[in-house]
Amino acid sequence: MNKFLLLISLCAFLSGCASGVKLDDVPVDERSGTATTPGGAAVAGLDARGLSGADGGIKAGPVGIQTVVYFDYDSYSVKPEFQAMLDAHARFLRADKNRKAAIEGHTDDRGGREYNLALGQKRAEAVRRALSVLGVSDNQIEAVSYGKEKPASAGMDESSFAKNRRAEITYR
Amino acid sequence: MAMLSFSAHGQFRVEVSGVGLTQVPIAFGPFRGEEVSPQKISNIVQADLERSGQFRGLPSGKTSDETERPDLSAMRQLGADALLTGSIGKMADGRFDVRLRLWDVVRGQDLGAMSYVVVAGDLRLASHRISDFVYEKLTGERGVFSTRITYVTKAGSRYNLWVADSDGENAQSALASPEPIISPSWSPTGTQLAYVSFESRKPVIYVHDVASGKRRVVANFRGSNSAPTWSPDGRTMAVTLSRDGGSQLFLIDSQGGEPRRLTQSAGIDTEPVFSPDGSAVYFVSDRGGSPQIYRMPAMGGPANRVTFNGSYNISPSLSADGRWLAYVSRIGGAFKLHVMDLNSGTASAITDTSADERPSFAPNSRLLVYATQQNGREALMTTTLDGRIKARLSGQGGDLREPHWGPYTKTQP
Repeated sequence: MNKFLLLISLCAFLSGCASGVKLDDVPVDERSGTATTPGGAAVAGLDARGLSGADGGIKAGPVGIQTVVYFDYDSYSVKPEFQAMLDAHARFLRADKNRKAAIEGHTDDRGGREYNLALGQKRAEAVRRALSVLGVSDNQIEAVSYGKEKPASAGMDESSFAKNRRAEITYR
Repeated sequence: MAMLSFSAHGQFRVEVSGVGLTQVPIAFGPFRGEEVSPQKISNIVQADLERSGQFRGLPSGKTSDETERPDLSAMRQLGADALLTGSIGKMADGRFDVRLRLWDVVRGQDLGAMSYVVVAGDLRLASHRISDFVYEKLTGERGVFSTRITYVTKAGSRYNLWVADSDGENAQSALASPEPIISPSWSPTGTQLAYVSFESRKPVIYVHDVASGKRRVVANFRGSNSAPTWSPDGRTMAVTLSRDGGSQLFLIDSQGGEPRRLTQSAGIDTEPVFSPDGSAVYFVSDRGGSPQIYRMPAMGGPANRVTFNGSYNISPSLSADGRWLAYVSRIGGAFKLHVMDLNSGTASAITDTSADERPSFAPNSRLLVYATQQNGREALMTTTLDGRIKARLSGQGGDLREPHWGPYTKTQP
């Protein structure tokens, strides 16, 4: 026991001792994102604002035409009431092959994020298929999903949920 | 009987509640010299050990350092099985000299001592190393207190991806964005983070090198790219892509490249996770009409259903020891964390909250971190697998979500 205690107290003073963990041996860059971080306090955050130029990417669509298709609960088919609106978007896209649109699918707030991302994708693809049937070529439209990440309405009642079950057509 | 413990620094509070089956009573007093330390090491260690569910902290009522032989009979009277003593000294160069000794109170034996010399910013890491040391000496198992977790916060319209200590503290931002970030996932070595970012106005999968802050796009195919997860050998990622229409699973080399399709179903296949030996992929599919968890060979092949109770089972996470599956099940409109014993198939709900999301196992297979809502705020919680000991993680402000528990790293003892 005494030899053990002696060994421990020696280790407290010696460097490179195998039985103690010397934290100043831990490479600092394992603890944080920058090369030199005395105290580990520096932040190596990557700021994504402006990285994609996304804020410059919004373009106008057909004037005066609604851009949102709403869906019933647990439904992924486009209701007839949106047909006229989709006709107008299809004509707009067919008129100029350089125009590109993204259809962004959304869900209400209930449920898991990844499964809702996939449900939103179903809605976006339903609208994409509707536009495709109206003669819009595939390379002009991309169906993407935001899942439950960007609700249009923050409430937890049925009318808020209804406003969130949607697909939006955006021109980019 | 509920038990709460608080650290002395009012800013950070760890709330631990519940009663475990077997908890080792361990006595703590402040370390000698702790009053000059920016971090109250004994409090951080106590919170770590209590969060594990296997320890109960007792105030020793005195300050004693690692050089003294303590009054162990007094500790026995207190009901303690173990005692931690120590000291902190500030050195001339501004660093801190932290020393500790652990005592077996029952047998009256010295279980060992450690010492660390660290800068102020590494005092929390030193505390977690001490927690690992105590945990390993008293349980014989490896501690997870020096591991890291990742999580996302949303504050107003600002999203941040954080890398933090296992207690949620000491968080450093890996990404700040005005658009959502979801599904962060640690690589098996803990050096990289995959995640989904919407900064390009569609979901794109990035892999981020934590040390350098450099990142690369791994999947930006037509449509949506999401749900990244790593194979245990780190060479392959399974992802969900909509490039072929619908949401289906693909395998992609972790360095990038052409994806290989893994599932072919008419429904949604998503949220893949590899089994610990890498031979199987568990995932969510609604091919049967509602989302359930399935398992298929990682090389491709038929899928077998794993969850049979309820009509909505998602977000699988597997323990490293291969015994447990954690997931979220919708029961009567509430989303509740469940743990299934994979040998027997029996599952239990282990929370009393109703908006649970994204469970993730600690690398010792004994704890889970998950996201939930409490009092209208999104919060992160840890829990033992039986649900008895839960702790709310503090740390960054705003709504906390999307946790993932990192692996052991090789610098750990």
